[in-house]
Amino acid sequence: MAEVLMQRTPAALHEPEGNFLTENPGLKNWLFTVDHKRIGLMYFWTIMTMFFVGGVLALVLRTELLTPKTTIVSAEVYNQLFTLHGVIMTFLVLVPVIPATLGNFVLPMMLGAKDVAFPRLNLLSYYLYVFGALLAVGAIIGGGLDTGWTFYTPYSSTISGGVSIMTMGAFVLGFSSILTGVNFIATIHKLRAPGLSWYNMPLFIWGMYATAVIQVLATPVIGITMVLLLMERLFQVGIFDASLGGDPVLFQHFFWFYSHPVVYIMILPGMACISEVIPTFSHKPIFGYKAIAWSSVGIAVVSFFVWGHHMFVSGQSEFAGAIFSFLTFVVAIPSGVKVFNWLATMYRGSISLGAPMLYAISFLLLFGIGGLTGLFLGTVAVDVHLHDTYFIVAHFHYVMMGGTLIAFFAGLHYWWPKMYGRMYNELWAAIGCLFVFLGFNGTFIPQFLLGSRGMPRRYYNYLDQFQFLHVASTIGSYLLGVGLVIMAVTLIVPLFRKRYDAPNNPWGAASLEWTVSSPPPTHNFHHVPVVTHGPYDFKAARRLEQMESHS
Amino acid sequence: MMPVTQASDYAREVDNIYMFITYFGIFFYAVIVLGVGYFVYKYRRRRQNEETPDITHNTALEIIWTVIPSIPLVVMAFWGFNTYMQARVAPADALEIKVIAKKWAWEFTYPNGMSFGQEMHVPAGRPVKLVMISQDVIHDFYLPDFRIKADIVPNRYTQLWFNADEPGEHQVFCAEYCGRDHSNMLAKVVVDTEEQYQQWLEQKAEEAMNMPLPELGKLLYVNKGCNTCHSIDGTRIQGPSFKGIWGQTHQFSNAAPAVVDENYIRESLLQPTARVRAGYEAIMPSFQGLLREREIQALAEYVKSLK
Repeated sequence: MAEVLMQRTPAALHEPEGNFLTENPGLKNWLFTVDHKRIGLMYFWTIMTMFFVGGVLALVLRTELLTPKTTIVSAEVYNQLFTLHGVIMTFLVLVPVIPATLGNFVLPMMLGAKDVAFPRLNLLSYYLYVFGALLAVGAIIGGGLDTGWTFYTPYSSTISGGVSIMTMGAFVLGFSSILTGVNFIATIHKLRAPGLSWYNMPLFIWGMYATAVIQVLATPVIGITMVLLLMERLFQVGIFDASLGGDPVLFQHFFWFYSHPVVYIMILPGMACISEVIPTFSHKPIFGYKAIAWSSVGIAVVSFFVWGHHMFVSGQSEFAGAIFSFLTFVVAIPSGVKVFNWLATMYRGSISLGAPMLYAISFLLLFGIGGLTGLFLGTVAVDVHLHDTYFIVAHFHYVMMGGTLIAFFAGLHYWWPKMYGRMYNELWAAIGCLFVFLGFNGTFIPQFLLGSRGMPRRYYNYLDQFQFLHVASTIGSYLLGVGLVIMAVTLIVPLFRKRYDAPNNPWGAASLEWTVSSPPPTHNFHHVPVVTHGPYDFKAARRLEQMESHS
Repeated sequence: MMPVTQASDYAREVDNIYMFITYFGIFFYAVIVLGVGYFVYKYRRRRQNEETPDITHNTALEIIWTVIPSIPLVVMAFWGFNTYMQARVAPADALEIKVIAKKWAWEFTYPNGMSFGQEMHVPAGRPVKLVMISQDVIHDFYLPDFRIKADIVPNRYTQLWFNADEPGEHQVFCAEYCGRDHSNMLAKVVVDTEEQYQQWLEQKAEEAMNMPLPELGKLLYVNKGCNTCHSIDGTRIQGPSFKGIWGQTHQFSNAAPAVVDENYIRESLLQPTARVRAGYEAIMPSFQGLLREREIQALAEYVKSLK
């Protein structure tokens, strides 16, 4: 904190030529922009709007669960709300949140590029996202649906309501995701600055690269599956519906063939953020660069061969169960290795506890629980008991929210000064983080207990014996909500206060995006940068900065 | 220990694995928490431009922390799978109960061909095998006290088996989302002693026997699945409707016309292909040996009552 204040340069020094926020003002120039930074910000605000909606839904669900019978909504409404919560949070928030916002914003700058390889495709991807989001939310108006975000057949292929519209929404969103992936792959291959070899890239880029590969290879499968489901509903083609000669379990295979890799589309970008924040705030190079880089790629590959662990009780063969269980443990290993690498990075470092680092530490503690509880679920005999209970619900929230979203918050607090050129109040950021951390654990630790005691998920009514833990969970969720509001206010308030102006490199980081002004100029770099040191060589970066300020 | 009743040897074995993973998890989580806490305190930043060592990697250390934790993972994978296989293969002498799941109720059919509501009674100390199928969407039979669960799929049988230690009552949940009343799709497994079980079965059968005939017929019409092919409101499903057929003269594709009476109903149940109604296929299965005399009478009375 003190460091930041001392480094603060007068606003006039880095704002004379304008920046991407102030140049070309006007709504039209924003809506038709091809600037990756503006598209990143438009994505950011759109996704945050969806996150807000999904979060409010979660609080309504938790409130309903305060009592074993009806509390505030009917069973029909409850079932639709958890479906909408799941769809919004997975397809509209978790999948795009880091690549489309932070990735779009910083990836080209980290590479020393002016923009992504296909700027117009980038804008198209944004509008596909908006269109897909409208369809998904419109499905509720168009009759509603209560299938859960997994759309299992034959339930989803036989009920009336908004399933078809939702299916089209998921299809369109898939394209948005694929286009982002294609764009990043091309950008990383082709637009690296001179001197930026593969092993000189920040690990954020490695994470984005591995993510993009999964996006491009796995997402078409969900697209095809959604089309088949639509055909089943509209023309009764008989692929999934047993009464038409189809196989309902086939849908689960198709669905999880995408939806397990998608877990890594969500978590790899989170790990990518953490790999930036921890070395910067430990002021020490990352430990085991190559191990982290290649474990991302390893996870991406193995993630395609573990989908069957969602189906141990579905009636798939025992032999398949054995293989999927074994491969699930294989994919656990690289994640564990990364955690050790981050810990070792902190060893003998010089650790400052800025807000990004507080979130990164929260990530280690929460993702640790998410990862370790995954071992119960990879073990077939234990999974049979825990499958489709609150244990699963708690586990994937620890991975998805405790992992991906907390890492996103770490990245957001890390790059916020770069995005808007404003610092935020460190004390309030820390308070927000504390509330989020405590509230999150308060919400989901009771759910582990509920699940191991046999409380099934997607239950509107429940047995009286579960009430105490449900009430505890609901109180935790309110605390979590308060934490998120504190975080939002802390980040937004400085945008309207000039005295919070941020320097180019508030954290003393070493990658290229910190060499330009905050916020960056429209075309990022005035000259093509030449990379002369590694992404975590903080000493070399500081020497360069000092040389520049003297000259 | 999981604070749930352990109702079988299998449940205890699953909990052993559960505890093994729990200890492993606690150990590694402690490493993470203590590591983070210690480093954050010990290596806190004391002044600006504090120097740090350039440690970039340590191959030996990285190999160690990759390989060593993998060994318990292999144990989990094998132990978990071996135990799971026990739950898959039912002993040959198991008592077989047929389970039908539908929105949002269960039907348990005993070896005597009868079914009695949402409570499954089983004898203690004897393996029980469930052969399950769904009539509509996917359901899931979940018996937490026994740590067993399996999806129930339309058009495909799935199986479970368990062996209860001692008499007691155990909750059954539907664990696969199946629509509005998913959370009300509950049942009970009641474990009796072998004697109690036999008594209960006889008593229930007796009750059914002492019902007025048309009422028993109505029950059998559903329990025996007549309703899947024969409607009672005149609509045609696979077979002819029962509505108002009593006393009518029917045309047959393989025999002379005949009047629907007690003898005709009896023959249709026991030798369904002897006379096949014109315009329908000969797909009805024979109930020879599956119906008592009184049940046949009951069904005839029931058809008679459908005006």
